[in-house]
Amino acid sequence: MSWVTTTLSSTLGRKVVMSLTGLFLCSFLIVHLVGNLQLFKGDEGRAFNEYSYFMTHNPIIKTISYLLYSSIIVHALMALVLTRHNQASRPVKYAYAKPEANSPWTSRNMGILGTIILVFIIIHMRTFWYTMHFGPVVLNGETITAGSIPQVTYDGEPIKDLYAVTVFAFSYLWYVALYVVSMIALSFHLVHGFQSGFQTLGLRHKKYSPLIEFLGTYGFGIVIPALFAAMPVYIYLKAHHILF
Amino acid sequence: MDIALKVWRQKNSQTPGKMVDYKLSDISPDMSFLEMFDVLNEDLSHKGEEPVAFDHDCREGICGSCSMYINGRPHGPQTGTTTCQLHMRSFNDGDTIVVEPWRARAFPVLKDLIVDRDAFDRIVQAGGYVSVNTGSAPDANEILIPREVADEAMDAAQCIGCGACVAACKNASAMLFVAAKVSHLAVLPQGQAEHQLRAERMVAQMDAEGFGACSFTGACSVECPKSISLDHIARLNREYLGAKLASNNA
Ligand code: HEM
Ligand code: SF4
Ligand code: FES
Repeated sequence: MSWVTTTLSSTLGRKVVMSLTGLFLCSFLIVHLVGNLQLFKGDEGRAFNEYSYFMTHNPIIKTISYLLYSSIIVHALMALVLTRHNQASRPVKYAYAKPEANSPWTSRNMGILGTIILVFIIIHMRTFWYTMHFGPVVLNGETITAGSIPQVTYDGEPIKDLYAVTVFAFSYLWYVALYVVSMIALSFHLVHGFQSGFQTLGLRHKKYSPLIEFLGTYGFGIVIPALFAAMPVYIYLKAHHILF
Repeated sequence: MDIALKVWRQKNSQTPGKMVDYKLSDISPDMSFLEMFDVLNEDLSHKGEEPVAFDHDCREGICGSCSMYINGRPHGPQTGTTTCQLHMRSFNDGDTIVVEPWRARAFPVLKDLIVDRDAFDRIVQAGGYVSVNTGSAPDANEILIPREVADEAMDAAQCIGCGACVAACKNASAMLFVAAKVSHLAVLPQGQAEHQLRAERMVAQMDAEGFGACSFTGACSVECPKSISLDHIARLNREYLGAKLASNNA
């Protein structure tokens, strides 16, 4: 075996793959969040639509997006391989175990939390990514658009109105609830995952570990998932003329 | 004190085991947990039953043999102690105490509470040493080592190979043990010559034995009788990755 295959078939090497893909996904979350914050602009979605147009047409962004899709797939597959290996490492379970005495719940449930996130990503991509690229989507038995995604015209340029698709999707309460629950799962996944990713790479030192812990707990654990969850809630309330 | 025990009994590695209930009375709160087991075994011997087999040697927290998973935690409810250092005053009169062996694929049960921990020895044999020519003892001050470095090495070298880290980990991972063994040599000048090969070989052996991967839950460090820090696991990760990227080994 070459040194690459030896490394990638070791538990440590596999964790490095988890860490690099996971942390790359974390960096993507920031970009995705900043872009989507345009939804809060009271401009009938113009800034959001222009941002969506840019993201789907810029060649650099398009290249990075393939890296993103493969990261999700590799992260999920590696999670499966590691979880199976870890379960096989203890074939006989304890009759009585008290893991809450020595470790946080999030750290012991990364696989379950990740699975919720994976289901979310599939639904999320179907609703928005698929619609943006391939046209209409059927939600709850109703077709959002007939034939193709609606267009808007800004300064004489017609572009796809993803904002309309977004507002439509988030006018359903169950769909909003799905997003909120998924963001809670993401929060728990990252409260542990962000810090763990650095530990896996051996990046741990009293100089900077407190900062990683702070960013993981408050930034990726609270602020980012909360802002993401606020988007469907805000649009739902606005669409139904509650509060906004 | 009156104590009810639920103890794992298993004749040998081929026979399936089960939990068996025992009752003990007049247990002194000053007894150690192992002394309580001595009382139980004496009772059993008098009744003509087979005593419970358990590992023990030093009974002062330095040999690491007294492996018992007590009430859902390795070495019982106290942190920073082994089973032999745990006293009955940590329990209440009338308590039921569940005692099981370490559970890990790499630590098969030999009998009752005794597991086979040879996997640890094989990991150490794979690289947890410094090769030297035998001869007269080197001068103690030949290689000067700063105090901080010596302290860091000593923190890792405290590991007594008890296996509580594996027992506590949800993945039955041996990372804290291997990290301690790699780390105490990696920080010292004597360990430099072989540091890449050591990390690579010991990790390969750890995987070959069937231990799980590290999920960084921190359970190992909390349950470690020597409170070995997760810093050492980070160092092991650095040593291993650095070796894989820079060494000439396969
Ligand atoms: C696609 C669905 C996902 C699954 C099935 C999944 C599963 C997992 C699992 C099981 C672990 C723990 C590995 C271990 O304990 O050794 C983990 C770690 C991690 N995940 Fe995910 N995850 C998913 C999505 C995500 C997303 C979307 C992000 C970031 C935005 C992410 C970031 C991380 C990070 C940073 C780690 C820590 C890596 C490490 O411990 O070295 N994951 N994931
Ligand atoms: S690291 Fe701690 S828990 Fe693990 S074997 Fe060494 S002393 Fe025991
Ligand atoms: S018997 Fe030696 S550490 Fe407990």
